[in-house]
Amino acid sequence: MLMDYIKAFLVGGAICAVVQILLDKTKLLPGRVMVILVCLGSLLGAIGIYEPFTKWAGAGASVPLTGFGNVLFKGIKKALTEEGFIGLFKGGFTSSAVGISAALIFSYIASLIFSPKMKD
Amino acid sequence: MQNTKEKVTASDVVIEKDKTAKGEKYNKYVKDMTPTHNIFKNILNAFLVGGIICTIGQGLINLYASWGAGEELSASYGTLSLVFLSVVLTGLNIYPKIAKFGGAGSLVPITGFANSVAAPAVEFKKEGQVFGIGCKIFTIAGPVILYGIFSSWVLGLIYYILLQLGVV
Amino acid sequence: MEDKKSNKMAGKQSILFANPPVIIAGSSVVGKKEGEGPLASFFDQIEEDPMFGGTSWEDAESRLMKRAAELSIEKSGFRQEDIRYLVGGDLLGQLIATSFGIADLEIPIFGVYGACSTMGESMALGAILVDGGYADKVLAVTSSHFAGAEKQFRFPLAYGNQRPLATTWTVTGSGAVVIGSGDMGEETAGKNNKNGVVKIKGVTVGKIVDYGVKDSLNMGACMAPAAYTTISQNLKDLNVLPDYYDRIITGDLGYVGKDILIDLLKQDGYDISSNHMDCGIEIFDRNTQDTHSGGSGCGCSAVTFTGYIMQKLTRKEWKRVLFVPTGALHSTVSFNEGNPVPGIAHGIMVEAC
Repeated sequence: MLMDYIKAFLVGGAICAVVQILLDKTKLLPGRVMVILVCLGSLLGAIGIYEPFTKWAGAGASVPLTGFGNVLFKGIKKALTEEGFIGLFKGGFTSSAVGISAALIFSYIASLIFSPKMKD
Repeated sequence: MQNTKEKVTASDVVIEKDKTAKGEKYNKYVKDMTPTHNIFKNILNAFLVGGIICTIGQGLINLYASWGAGEELSASYGTLSLVFLSVVLTGLNIYPKIAKFGGAGSLVPITGFANSVAAPAVEFKKEGQVFGIGCKIFTIAGPVILYGIFSSWVLGLIYYILLQLGVV
Repeated sequence: MEDKKSNKMAGKQSILFANPPVIIAGSSVVGKKEGEGPLASFFDQIEEDPMFGGTSWEDAESRLMKRAAELSIEKSGFRQEDIRYLVGGDLLGQLIATSFGIADLEIPIFGVYGACSTMGESMALGAILVDGGYADKVLAVTSSHFAGAEKQFRFPLAYGNQRPLATTWTVTGSGAVVIGSGDMGEETAGKNNKNGVVKIKGVTVGKIVDYGVKDSLNMGACMAPAAYTTISQNLKDLNVLPDYYDRIITGDLGYVGKDILIDLLKQDGYDISSNHMDCGIEIFDRNTQDTHSGGSGCGCSAVTFTGYIMQKLTRKEWKRVLFVPTGALHSTVSFNEGNPVPGIAHGIMVEAC
């Protein structure tokens, strides 16, 4: 159990540290970095690397956006196997539904509650 | 080329007549003149913040698993909880403070994605429900969703073709 | 009366007024953070409410500008209807802070855009109108608001990001001046200010200068070449050396831009290291206020001029100042289309009399 946490901390932290280098050394804006991470995760998922990595590192691999990309491909693969060609157009959204829906729904509710604030 | 390593001085910039070359030289010169954050401190902060967020994620997943949820279900509830926490912290204006310290450590986890959805939703509410929140909620997260869906579709298509050919 | 038409042009880009217009009054209204900075005691009003009683950031900036405009008219001793023309602008969209802010004043207006150099452009055009005899009293005004600028040019405020050290902090503030014709102005300004009056001797209108910088988070580097070009041209047009001025004061180059400017001017044989000042550096304390390279925005040079520089001049601590508001012509559209961020700077020669 403790090992779970140590692995999550070290692996998740390491991924973030690598991305920090990317942010500081290049002029890449955060939006671009997020896109790169998701596409990369999807690719690593497709070539069969990310899933075993997630099994090993747990949240350290699944919480970063690369994990989100992996989930997208995983969903497509599953839908393809179960439903054939149409799965290509279903699996991605199905597997990412919780993350995207939660972000949209909670954010909309937040927009009703909170007001824009000044930075100090 | 060796002289790319050499320092460009203001005089090199001023005497250069060709516009493109002048731009290149000036950009190099500016790079030397511009201070940057202490990269090691930044990396360490990103490591700490990113590590902590993932550890919290692990804790949540383990908690849901201990309540009897299966592997996938507890992962889903973990995601749901992290997104919820991030949106609340964004609304309370705390997430930007974490991000200021943690940099990539708060950008890379799924909480960074949630922050990028919640921040424009709150900011653009003054511009209305449809054209304000409705459109602008996707300003930062939209590209992530589009390219995530598209790239996984392309990879899925390749996988499908290989499947048909009997390669995999 | 002699022909004043022939003798106002100086050198290539400059104007020397035949009958230098007078700055009858100036006003400065700033936000909380600016009010905690080193120049706090020089500002007329410090507003704690970032919304200025409004409902959105854009509305807030409009209210801010209106307040500064009304205050400067009040300080000049005139009434709203005495002001012949208004020259002004801001950073938001199609100058929305200005158009919604000053609509109620019912003063005929020239809306101008020069990014953060707008105060220079407004004052230059105002002085030209006055010296040309087209108006006797002109109001020049500009504003910027941190939150509105972030929202339009960068990210929503609650979005988490790290600001590189070269970035500047947009000043929440608005500055306005009432410019009056020579004789009348001198009399009125003299009444308002026992010590001395500030005259606009001349202007050097800036060119758009593009050295190909594509980094929108390093505005100082984008604008420094423009400031360099304008200052160098001013000195050439007047055939003087930098020490002709007590101070050469740029708008919002910040620490990064300041170093570059001094370096670039040295190549033309001008050393301004001892008398250069930058409003963006003066307005915040970078050690305690976390503003990195300094302040920026239209309001930065405007409130520093109307608050700090005007006082130094009327107290005769400085006699002659070249005020050079700088602007980065940054648009998110042109930037996304891969274009660099060009700069512009206008030089205003002001003197204490």
